[in-house]
Amino acid sequence: MSELRVATAMIDVRSVTCPITWVKTRIALEKVEAGELVVVLLREGEPLRNVPATAVEEGHRVVSLRCLEDQGPGSWELVLEKGESPPALP
Amino acid sequence: MDLSKKSALVIGAGGLGGPALLTLAAGGVGRLVVIDDDRVESSNLNRQPLFTEEDLGQPKAAAAAARLQALHRALQVTALGRRFDADEAVELASSVDILLDGSDNFPTKFLASDAALRAGKPLVHGGVLRTSLQILSVVPGFSGCVRCLFEAPPPPGQVPSCAEAGMVGALSGFAGGLMGAEALRLLAGERGAYAGRLYVYEGRSGRGRLVLVRRRPGCPACAGTQPLESTSPISCARPEGASP
Repeated sequence: MSELRVATAMIDVRSVTCPITWVKTRIALEKVEAGELVVVLLREGEPLRNVPATAVEEGHRVVSLRCLEDQGPGSWELVLEKGESPPALP
Repeated sequence: MDLSKKSALVIGAGGLGGPALLTLAAGGVGRLVVIDDDRVESSNLNRQPLFTEEDLGQPKAAAAAARLQALHRALQVTALGRRFDADEAVELASSVDILLDGSDNFPTKFLASDAALRAGKPLVHGGVLRTSLQILSVVPGFSGCVRCLFEAPPPPGQVPSCAEAGMVGALSGFAGGLMGAEALRLLAGERGAYAGRLYVYEGRSGRGRLVLVRRRPGCPACAGTQPLESTSPISCARPEGASP
């Protein structure tokens, strides 16, 4: 059974392209506290490859990743947990 | 009718949202998003079927999601532990096929209707006060909306909320079940029973009636010019244990 925790925010980045997908995800993560969850709706292909990978690189955790069948092919739901001390913006 | 590729956003997981969520899940809807910023209190348990005494103090969204997941393993549930507010209302509405409003306050009810119209998604609106309930389906481009009917939220204090006036607990289960069934009809592509028709049920007499709700000429929400208004809590404190 998937982890059932309550998320603090939800964003939909399916209408934008990389790297804006990550920019919007990062802004959403900055607004919540460490340990809190952010739900990100994204398209498969480049966003699906990049956003979870970048999130992990920056110290966040992927809680779950699943295909949204109701949204037609190519939509995914990513749940991220904000890391304890993400690196400061360069 | 296979609804496994359909999704619904349910605002509030309490007296209306709880039974509505159970109906949607049992009806085979594939994905449910639950948004609620409250925690489970003992006074909720008389009418909020998703919660048990073990859930006391837990965020309602998480407890509701856990219960629904335990009942229906194939269901995809997302729990959002925050208030449905203007900044992400349209984004949330756009990410699902239908919205159900089981909230307990007027600003949220208007925002739900405004956001559904903006996103072009149908909304099932429901409310319970004292011994009566009302349900209205808002189908963008077809039926009147909450703002066609009431124009604007009443000034704070003028109309008692269910928290202040109270309500019959069993009635919210009835209302939430009807809301869920209506959403299933709309998701299946049928014309909603309450689309453009406000259903009012008076519990003491057992009498129900349908009131025609036409699109109001000049309604800013239907014209797409209505600004989305914040639902931040009003200043008056809520009496202990009186949310739906």
